[in-house]
Formats: sequence, structure tokens, C-alpha cells
Amino acid sequence: MAHYELVTPVSEAQIRALRVNDTVTLQATLFGIRDATQIHMFDRGRRTRFDLNGHAVIHTAPNVRKVERSVEFPAGYAPICIGTTTSDRMERFTRPLMEQYGVRMIVGKGGLREGSLAAFQELGGVYLAIVGGTAALETTWIERIEDVDLDDLNPESLWQFRIRNFGPLLVAMDSHGGSLYREVKRDVETRRAQVLASLGVKAA
Amino acid sequence: MKVDLAAVEEAAKELYIRALKVLPPDIKSGFDRLAAQESVPRARDVLATMVTNIKVAEDTDNLLCQDTGVPIYNVTIGAGVQVEGHALKAAIRRGCERATREHPLRSSVVHPLTRKNQHTSCGIHVPVIHIDFSDAPQTLEIEMVPKGSGSENNSFLKMAIPAEGVDAIKTFVIDCVVNAGGKTCPPTIVGVGLGGTSDLCVALAKRAATRELGSRCSDPEGAKLEEELSAAVNRLGVGPQGLGGDATAFAVHVELAATHITMNPIAVNMQCHSARRAKATFTPAGLVYGF
Repeated sequence: MAHYELVTPVSEAQIRALRVNDTVTLQATLFGIRDATQIHMFDRGRRTRFDLNGHAVIHTAPNVRKVERSVEFPAGYAPICIGTTTSDRMERFTRPLMEQYGVRMIVGKGGLREGSLAAFQELGGVYLAIVGGTAALETTWIERIEDVDLDDLNPESLWQFRIRNFGPLLVAMDSHGGSLYREVKRDVETRRAQVLASLGVKAA
Repeated sequence: MKVDLAAVEEAAKELYIRALKVLPPDIKSGFDRLAAQESVPRARDVLATMVTNIKVAEDTDNLLCQDTGVPIYNVTIGAGVQVEGHALKAAIRRGCERATREHPLRSSVVHPLTRKNQHTSCGIHVPVIHIDFSDAPQTLEIEMVPKGSGSENNSFLKMAIPAEGVDAIKTFVIDCVVNAGGKTCPPTIVGVGLGGTSDLCVALAKRAATRELGSRCSDPEGAKLEEELSAAVNRLGVGPQGLGGDATAFAVHVELAATHITMNPIAVNMQCHSARRAKATFTPAGLVYGF
């Protein structure tokens, strides 16, 4: 269980070094992405002008305030509250994000499924778990909103955040086939029968 | 008591913002209880981060969670309260819109087909406004619940049959919690609706999921079942954020209604660990905010 400080963008070798139960703190840049963003990118043929190669994306749609563009607010948005949404809905976009854009890290909550795990293994990627529902804390790790693309989808735009000490995040799915969610799922399935028996439910 | 609609509009705005920023004391105590009982170190760390977040939100006057949810207002009109119902609903809607524009808040509400966002947190039939009546003299209560989508997406209805009995209820609730895993942002409050018609059953599940921790089902059989299920779900091992541990739920709450001789409806609605709600109470003495 090692801790890594990663400055984005990262190389495949840096990602392959990570194993489940390790922790990561991210520095520099993080991209915010969401359901509608990816539906438009992968189902409706839209492209982003951002270079996501080697980068981390976070499953989010932030609360922001529209302000005058300035050095502090280069995109014309001040962050109010930025947190993480449930990743599972975006399962099918993991592979195209990696294949078409070279994304290496997905930050989310609640985990992804077998298809994403296979993509992480094949293409060199990881899932970094954040504690969902702790957006006030997460917001303190974000310095500013640097840029925004596909903003007609606001709040589900593609956001570019400047981050500092973003983490610690837990490596919950790695590029070697490891997944904490799969481990927990197996354990829960075993316990389920015992729990139902303790409730006096007759086995079907 | 004659209700001042301008005050209702202001309260509807204030309630949305308050609910998003400060967790009720019963939920905070719920975290203390779960943390004290948790046997898995990682789960203890996750719970500690959640507790830290509650403090950061209060210290920085920020939202607890970025999900502003679907806004729900539960209005209870007491005895001797004079109010024009239609105008009351319009005032609440205006307050909800103003909270979104003036704070500002992320509008999380879209048209279900076009997916268009009006950036007001409002749309067709949203905010959801429930109106009920009580015998409390000269009292108007408005409760606000911003219902987050991670937990709301794990809502289930099963029209079981009488021959399946209570076993069907227990199995369905356990399986909903198992299948939801970490998607609901556990630890959750698992709301269970039993009986009624399909729509009433689902509404009861929502009422159960948003009930104060420590409260009990008013029906003794329902109270017994919620106690049994509360202990059972925390033996499943889902844990905080679905990463394993004891703290899967703060509690299972049950609400029930009479049902048809041929029916055995079961609904499950979950509330995430950011179990937000706020309440405004109007009496002749003035307006008091609480939870």
C-alpha cells in the first residue's frame, strides 16, 4: 500500500505501477466530465478541443458562478461546489475515453464494472475512488476553473480544473485486473444467504 | 393565522440553501454511532472523511454535496391556517427558482425527453410539492428535501403477492441494498414502503427514507420489521461507499398502508449519507427554522 504523488499528464508506466489499495494525490490538471458530455462525445459525434492524453477525468458537474474573465477566472466561471457523481452510469464510456482520447485515470465514486476493468488492464488505466458526498472538502482541492468546452451542455460541460493536492484518492481498480468492488461484491454475495437465514427467510 | 406568501417565498428559497449546507443533528449523531461500531479500518477512514466534510461545509459556508438534487417541499397545514393553496404552491416555486439563481446553485433538473435544463431547478411538476394537513393549531410547516440522484436512482417497486408473504419483503429489501452497492453513497437510510397501491407504496418509501433518524414507524409491526432489517443490512458488508465495512446504512425505515387482499406491494427508496433536509415553521409568534 504505497502512496503516489502524480503530476498530470502521466505515462503508461506510472499507471502500471499502481495497485489496488495504493493511494494517489493528483497535481496540476483535472478534467470534469459527466453523462451528457460523454453522450454527446461518443453517441453524437462531437469532439473536444482539449488534449486528454495521459490525463485524469472526474465524474462531476459542478456548481459555478458566472463572472468576468480574469487571471483568477480565465474561463469566466468561479467554482462554488465541485463534487463527484456515481460512476456506474458512465460505465460504457471508459473504453472510448481511453481509446480515442488516451485518458489514463478516472476519478469517481461507487466503482465501475468488468468492461472498464478490462479496458484498464488492456490499455493501462486506473479508477481512483474519492469519498462521494464530500464536495465541500473536494472544492478546497480545486484552485480554479481554467477552461471549459462543450459549454452548451452546462452544467455537464467538459471542465478543466487547476488542482492542488487533490486527494488522497484510493486506487480501487488497477491495470492488473484488481478491483476492490469485485472483492466486496463477492463477499456481500456470500453474506447475503446468511443474512436472509438470520431473518428467518426460507431458502427458495 | 393568515399566511404571508412573500414570507413563504423567502422561506422556500432559504430552506433549499440551508438544507444543502447543514446536516440535521440526528444524521450527525448517526455518523458518531456508525463510526464507534465500525470494525473495518478503511470504512472508519471513509466515515471520518464524511464527518470532516460536514465541518468544512459549515466552516466555508458551502454546500455539503454538489448534487442539488430534485427539490421536494412537504407542506403541512395546521388548524385555523388561512392560505390560498394555488398561490402557496406558486410562492414555493418562486422561492426555489430564486435560490437557484441568487445563490447560485447548479440546476439539476431537466426535461425527461429533450434533457433541456432551464437553470431554475424547476420544470414540469418540479419542485415536487406535497400538501398535507394536521390538527396543530395555527401552524404551517414546510419541509425541504433536496433529493440526490445517486440514491434516488436506486428506487425499486415490486408488486409481490400474498402467497410470498413477509419473506418476499425481507428478501426484496436485502437484494435492493446488495444490488445498489456503493452507487447510493452509503451509509444510507433505506426507506421501505409497504402496502397501499403502487404509487402510494413508492411515496411511503420516500417518506421513510427522509424520516428523522431515531424515529419509529407508528405501526408496531412495521416498527418491529424496521428494527430487524436495520441490524440485518449492516451484516451484508457493503460498507461506506461500497468499499466494504459494517456501516452500510444508518437505519432501515418502514412506512406502511393498508392494501388489497390480493396485493403485497414493496417499494424501496434510499437516502444517501448526505441526508439533507430543513424545515420552516410558521406560527403567530413568527418563523422558526429547524430540521
